[in-house]
Amino acid sequence: MGNSLLNSQGLTVKFGGLTALSDLNFSLEKGELLGLIGPNGSGKTTCFNTITGIYRQAAGTTSLLGKDITGFTPQQIYKCGITRTFQRLRLAVALSVFDNLLIGDSSSLNTNLFFNLFQRSKLKQEIEKKINKVKKIISVFNPALVDKLYEPVSKLSMIDRRRIEVCRALISDPKVLLLDEPSAGMTQEETRDFMNDLHEIKTKSPDLGIILIEHEMNVIESVTDRCIVLSYGKKISEGSFKDVSRNPSVRTAYLGED
Amino acid sequence: MRNVILRVKERFVSISVIFVTAIFLTVFLLVEDELSFTVLMLVGGGLFYFVKRRDCFKEVIVFARQSRYGFLICIFLALLTVLIILRNEHFALFMIASVALYSTVCFGLTIQLGYAGLTNFAGAAFFGVGGYAIAVLSSENFPDILSVLTGGFMAALVGSVLILPILRTRGHYAALVTIAFALLFKTFLELNDTLGGPQGLKISSMNMFGWDFGKSFFGGSFYLNYVLFSLLVMVSIFTLTRLLEKSWIGLHWDALRIDEISSASFGINISSWKILAFTLGNFFIGLSGALYAKMLGHIAPTNFTFGDSLILISIVILGGIGNPWGVIPAAFLIIVLPEKLQFIQEYRLLLFALLVILVLLYRPDGLFKKALRSFYRGWGKV
Ligand SMILES: Nc1ncnc2c1ncn2[C@@H]1O[C@H](COP(=O)(O)OP(=O)(O)OP(=O)(O)O)[C@@H](O)[C@H]1O
Ligand SMILES: [Mg+2]
Repeated sequence: MGNSLLNSQGLTVKFGGLTALSDLNFSLEKGELLGLIGPNGSGKTTCFNTITGIYRQAAGTTSLLGKDITGFTPQQIYKCGITRTFQRLRLAVALSVFDNLLIGDSSSLNTNLFFNLFQRSKLKQEIEKKINKVKKIISVFNPALVDKLYEPVSKLSMIDRRRIEVCRALISDPKVLLLDEPSAGMTQEETRDFMNDLHEIKTKSPDLGIILIEHEMNVIESVTDRCIVLSYGKKISEGSFKDVSRNPSVRTAYLGED
Repeated sequence: MRNVILRVKERFVSISVIFVTAIFLTVFLLVEDELSFTVLMLVGGGLFYFVKRRDCFKEVIVFARQSRYGFLICIFLALLTVLIILRNEHFALFMIASVALYSTVCFGLTIQLGYAGLTNFAGAAFFGVGGYAIAVLSSENFPDILSVLTGGFMAALVGSVLILPILRTRGHYAALVTIAFALLFKTFLELNDTLGGPQGLKISSMNMFGWDFGKSFFGGSFYLNYVLFSLLVMVSIFTLTRLLEKSWIGLHWDALRIDEISSASFGINISSWKILAFTLGNFFIGLSGALYAKMLGHIAPTNFTFGDSLILISIVILGGIGNPWGVIPAAFLIIVLPEKLQFIQEYRLLLFALLVILVLLYRPDGLFKKALRSFYRGWGKV
């Protein structure tokens, strides 16, 4: 337990009378891709929101590389090296692709007032460095996006927006990446492209731990090392996709039988 | 020399548009009776249509982009012409200085509302804090240039009292906090005898390094002093505002204005960025208020009502929220037009309401929509 990258014990989240997450234990190892699946409303997004400090847990602890990060603010969580994407995209569509990606790297920017106002040539150098960094990252996903760096995100297709969101989460070189249904709204072809992107991420950063929420079972089958199944906020099964998909309680949860 | 002539020829259309606009505005500032006003509006409408049909405005923009210095020199000369023509017109000059100072206030509001997304309905109150600060200080034998800065600092300081309730509340409630403050401020002034109560305070005219603003400026109106200094302040604050926008700071403000949750998830400290925007904005507002009070020579609570705050916000909205370029023409329209429409008396308000509705209908982003950020010149060109 001490050696795992991310570890949650007894995570419980309540919204009034509704227990959205109850007594969840899980751990994520370095370089592992963990699938988090379960029917609608089973608490997957709630799990992400709790880990990243947006929701407060009623009980439970979370640690990153053995360090207790329970109750940290979203800002602190980000600085510890956990980043995420959102189920419903949360990009600033009115801003350029460059601006959006740089938001993901905000803690590396020099925000000194004097520097930003009066040391413009130094600022320009810093910006040019960032342009190169951004270009390198997005060309891994889609080289055509490099030419769209200065265009507003509102002009991009769905899959490119998803890619930008993933890049925004990756640009700060995190330890843990949380992906919330990245393939939602994609065509089959786009989903296949996206799986390639995932493999690309894994080879580029072998130590990165990823948790993937996904409804598309063939994605889960082909990319995850291990899966956790949630139902009504409870973990009902854990293991390789094969094992999990054979589990009768998982089948009931998905088919809605009693 | 030949080079210059050649270049002027190349830009002839743009240069004429700039000068015709300048002359039109000059005449606009001068007309008084309704007949000449109507004629002028018709002529103006015709000119606008003509210029627009031939895409001359686009040429001006190209001019501004391609040869920045040529464009600035041209604007400067046009302004000089206007000021020379108007050198003895007290009221017209007062209007110009007012537009410059109101624009400066609205740069402050642009930082708050347009950049950081903080609705400040107490603009006139912070404007008044600057004014009252300088009124108190000018009886103290304090150097005027420092008093103007103190006006800004006082506004920022008073604003810091509001920061806590604003950060604790969200969305419309934060706006309500500023409304409450705007209303309280006026009542406070009216009841406070040391600040002159409802009668207000008298203020000596500005005097800076021996430059006495109360005296005639090279044979012209004494208002010329205020016009020149206000324009200088306006250009400086405008430059600072634009530099903020085109920096990492502007990026952080944009991010948190658009989406607080995703900004927080990427480490952006929402509160401290809001505090910075609110404080800087109030500083600029207070500074302009101090200068405005000096120009008026007398201030009273009625100068700083909630209605005035609404006028300030409407300038920002009309100009295009978050675009300091739009603020200047919007300030001109909203400050000068009502003065010119005195002859229709209270129907002015009706017209004003109509204008707001038309803008919201046909230009919901204001007259000039905010453009994408370009961090430096040549941004995005490979
Ligand atoms: N902020 C909130 N306030 C109240 N209830 C909430 C809140 N967020 C989530 N819930 C409830 O918690 C439960 C779990 O929601 P969650 O969004 O985590 O589900 P999910 O597994 O991500 O579902 P989906 O597959 O549809 O995205 C649901 O019943 C939802 O209505
Ligand atoms: Mg979800």
